[in-house]
Amino acid sequence: MGDWWTPTMMPDPSLDTKELSSISGISMSPSRRNSHHSLHSTMALPKTSYSVLSAFCTEENISQCIAYISQEVCSLGLTGVSLECKSGGLSAVPVLNLLYEVLQLQRRAQRALHELESQQLKNGSDLEHLQHSNCRLKDQLEHTRRENSGLHEGERQLQLKIKTLQNCLKSEKEEVQKLQSIISSRATQYNHDTKRKERECSKLKERLNQLLVDKRDKKLAIEVSNYVGRSDGKRSLWKTGKMEARHEGEMYRALLSDYETRQRSLMLENSELKKVLQHMKKDMIAILSPKKLCVKMEPADDSLEQAGSEGEEETADSSRETLEQSCEQAREQLTNSIRLQWRKLKSHMERLDSQVSLVACQEREAEELMSRKEHEEEMQRIRLELQQCKEFIHMQQQLLQQQLSAPCDDETAALLNDCYTLEEKERLKEEWRLFNEQKRNFERERKNFTEAAIRLGHERKTFEEDRAAWLKTQFLNMTPFVDRKRPALPEPHSALSVSTEPEAKLQSTPPLLTKSLSYTVFSTPKAAPVKMPSTADLYRTLQLIPESRGHGKCQSGEMLPKSRLRSCSTDCSVISLVRDENSPI
Amino acid sequence: MNFSEVLKQSNQLCKVSPDGKYLATCVQYRLVVRDINTLQILHLYTCLDQVMHMEWSSDSLFILCAMYKRGLVQVWSLEQPDWHCKIDEGSIGLVSSRWSPDGRHILNTTEFNLRITVWSLCTKSVSYIKYPKACQKGMDFTADGRYMALAERRECKDYISVFVCDDWHLLRHFESETQDLAGLEWSPNGCVLAVWDNCLEYKILLYSLDGRLLSSYSAYEWSLGIKSVSWSPSSQFLAVGSFDEKVRILNHITWKKITEFEHPATIVNTKAVVFKEVEKRPVVGSEDLSIHQLTMDNSLFSTQSKYEITQLPTQVPVIKPDPDRANPKIGVSAMAFSADNRYLATKNDNMPQSLWVWDMQRLGLLAVLEQTAPVRCFVWDPRRPRLALCTGNTKVYLWSPAGCVSVNVPVEGSFQVQSLFWHCSGSSLILLSKEQLCLCYMEAEEEK
Repeated sequence: MGDWWTPTMMPDPSLDTKELSSISGISMSPSRRNSHHSLHSTMALPKTSYSVLSAFCTEENISQCIAYISQEVCSLGLTGVSLECKSGGLSAVPVLNLLYEVLQLQRRAQRALHELESQQLKNGSDLEHLQHSNCRLKDQLEHTRRENSGLHEGERQLQLKIKTLQNCLKSEKEEVQKLQSIISSRATQYNHDTKRKERECSKLKERLNQLLVDKRDKKLAIEVSNYVGRSDGKRSLWKTGKMEARHEGEMYRALLSDYETRQRSLMLENSELKKVLQHMKKDMIAILSPKKLCVKMEPADDSLEQAGSEGEEETADSSRETLEQSCEQAREQLTNSIRLQWRKLKSHMERLDSQVSLVACQEREAEELMSRKEHEEEMQRIRLELQQCKEFIHMQQQLLQQQLSAPCDDETAALLNDCYTLEEKERLKEEWRLFNEQKRNFERERKNFTEAAIRLGHERKTFEEDRAAWLKTQFLNMTPFVDRKRPALPEPHSALSVSTEPEAKLQSTPPLLTKSLSYTVFSTPKAAPVKMPSTADLYRTLQLIPESRGHGKCQSGEMLPKSRLRSCSTDCSVISLVRDENSPI
Repeated sequence: MNFSEVLKQSNQLCKVSPDGKYLATCVQYRLVVRDINTLQILHLYTCLDQVMHMEWSSDSLFILCAMYKRGLVQVWSLEQPDWHCKIDEGSIGLVSSRWSPDGRHILNTTEFNLRITVWSLCTKSVSYIKYPKACQKGMDFTADGRYMALAERRECKDYISVFVCDDWHLLRHFESETQDLAGLEWSPNGCVLAVWDNCLEYKILLYSLDGRLLSSYSAYEWSLGIKSVSWSPSSQFLAVGSFDEKVRILNHITWKKITEFEHPATIVNTKAVVFKEVEKRPVVGSEDLSIHQLTMDNSLFSTQSKYEITQLPTQVPVIKPDPDRANPKIGVSAMAFSADNRYLATKNDNMPQSLWVWDMQRLGLLAVLEQTAPVRCFVWDPRRPRLALCTGNTKVYLWSPAGCVSVNVPVEGSFQVQSLFWHCSGSSLILLSKEQLCLCYMEAEEEK
């Protein structure tokens, strides 16, 4: 909305300034009806009255009109000054100014009206929207209120339930307590009863016993044909105090012997354990002592501690040796020393571990740098070997299976068959090799052929070019300036003119050849070798070459295509040579 | 493995003399003594009534035959066949009779546990011990036969009396700290007496020979407690089996628990081997029903079985005990150590078809034998680590650390092995069916 507002606000200040600037010279002429009309409309005067009545201004009431208008204008705050003129008529400029002012005013008012209208529309829609949302919110509120009440109800019910449950629990607890008390009372009752019963029972038993004793049960008897001697052959002894004491003594002796045996076994176990402990200790010392040597290189405090403990160890050793019998004091020492050793061993092990890991790390790094390639090669090799071995095993397995599956008489047949197939395979392999070779040869030939074809194409192209050049020179030779250009050249033969081009070509295509030529030429007359021949030299050589070639050219004048061919053939040979060099690769 | 011919017996009364030379069996009212090797009848004694209980004296010279209904005990001598002794308990009745360890006294427990009568064969004298307690195992002799421990009940309290068996001198008499003593047992070295409470309370007490309480142990409260107790032959371990399906092993130095063996329904212990008995009915084709089959007469009717090693984890068949009945069928009811102390065999009542063998060196499960029928009886070879068991069918099963084997008893008719025991040399096994017995000689197997 703000965005919408700014552009409408913008023109306002400018309008104001305009107003201010134009304020001085405002004058209004009532001549323009439409301005009046517009003014009227802005002033919200009833149109009907205006249209029905005679015009507002007539010839007669101009002055009144002017006065009125100026008054009106004044009331509008436009300082409708001096509308009346000295000349009695209306001067156009102030009127127009005024009119303009009024028009501006009207436009502004209209714009404001528009704005207000749109604003109102907007507001209306906003209002509607708000009303809508209000409605919605009201609904929502209602809904939530309902929900809330529902929840409240639920809660209330739950609370009720809880209350009832609590009541239940309480009653249950009470019942449990009651039952427990019942149980306990029953238990006591039961215990009491059992005790009573038991007592009764024992009383009955007693009575029965008494009766039995009193009655002297006739039947209760032992009939033995003759007495048997005691199993140990001794006679039974009377029960005396001495016997009692003897029994006691025997019992204690038995107990004592048991304890003794137990003690002996424990002693044995103990000594075994001690032995093991000693052994372990010795081993530990043995393990630790070589380390001492290497440790000495390490920080001094460590080795010092080592030495100190070692010394202590030895004393402990010797003391233990003497204290072997009375283990009470030795025990602590022993365990202490063992503990110490153990701790040392542990730390040593840890250190070793860390060292090993460190070394391993370094080694790994070094190796990784160095011998990855080797590794790979080795791996490759090993893989190959593995593959071979696998194949071998597979073959063996197959053979074995065949052997196993085939019955005994078929064995030889199978073997022969195997031989045949093997032979066949060999042959096939040979043929395959031959075929491959042939194929390769063929391929090579084909390549040569294509090469030659390409070269031929090239040749042809150059020939075409040559021909074109020749034609050109021919054409040029006809012109007079050619003669001037080539005065030094030997008598131009019709065919020789062609040779100029090959010279140029010679110059361009095999520069090495020319260079070497120039070398040979220059080295002889001059000591200082000229690396790069100057253009003059070039010309000179060029002049020389034709000389040397003069007859050659003459010779080859007609045989040009032949020489071409030859060069082509040499080229070809060179290329083929290269091919040959390449082919083995 | 060889089998003897089938002999008759009644009431499962068949005992080998302690010296291993004779075999005594009772057939109705007759007592037959045979040579163990030849099985020839050496002596034949006739009792006054059907024998209910028979026992060898420790020196293998006398045999005691008890006829509880008549309240009579008859003693026979092997050396003097015409010697006889008859003890009549009279109108008071008799419920139990046994030899004293010296083989010269007979201890008779009268009805209602009124008293124990000690009859001497040497002096014809009689003495009474009053107030013996009626319980699971109220009397026990030490292995050397010098002392007897007896549980007593007086004034609603448990007492223990220790007697010197030589002259029945009461050595110690002390109150035991039990609510309701259920049993007592001497350690094999005769120096420690284990006393346990009845199943309502888990409590085991250890008394020294002189009546001092060495230790007491309780694994838990408020639940059914001890069901069985067993000493290892070295007296080093005390195994306590309880209703919670566990066996707790106590050591002999601190009397604390070393370990406990659970009997889980699902065996996941990978170190254990589960042998499962698989029955195979012989497929009788028409051509198979030939002479070959007919000669192996009884194999036609009996099923073959073999053991298969089951892949772990595996489920052990479990029965659900009825919680409303007394003495529910749950918990470890039977335990036995092997003679070399290395193995412990246990049976959990709610897994009646399984026998568990534990390694006492490793203190872990070694093997589980899953039978097709409930295990009736299992006994260790007194010489070797070898376990024999029976399940009430026609087979006898043997376990040793090397493996498991099931052997059909190849006798005419069906011989359903109800119980078995070893000869003291471990060379043979005596198998008992309802009314028959059969010897199974192990020599052949041993030679292999």
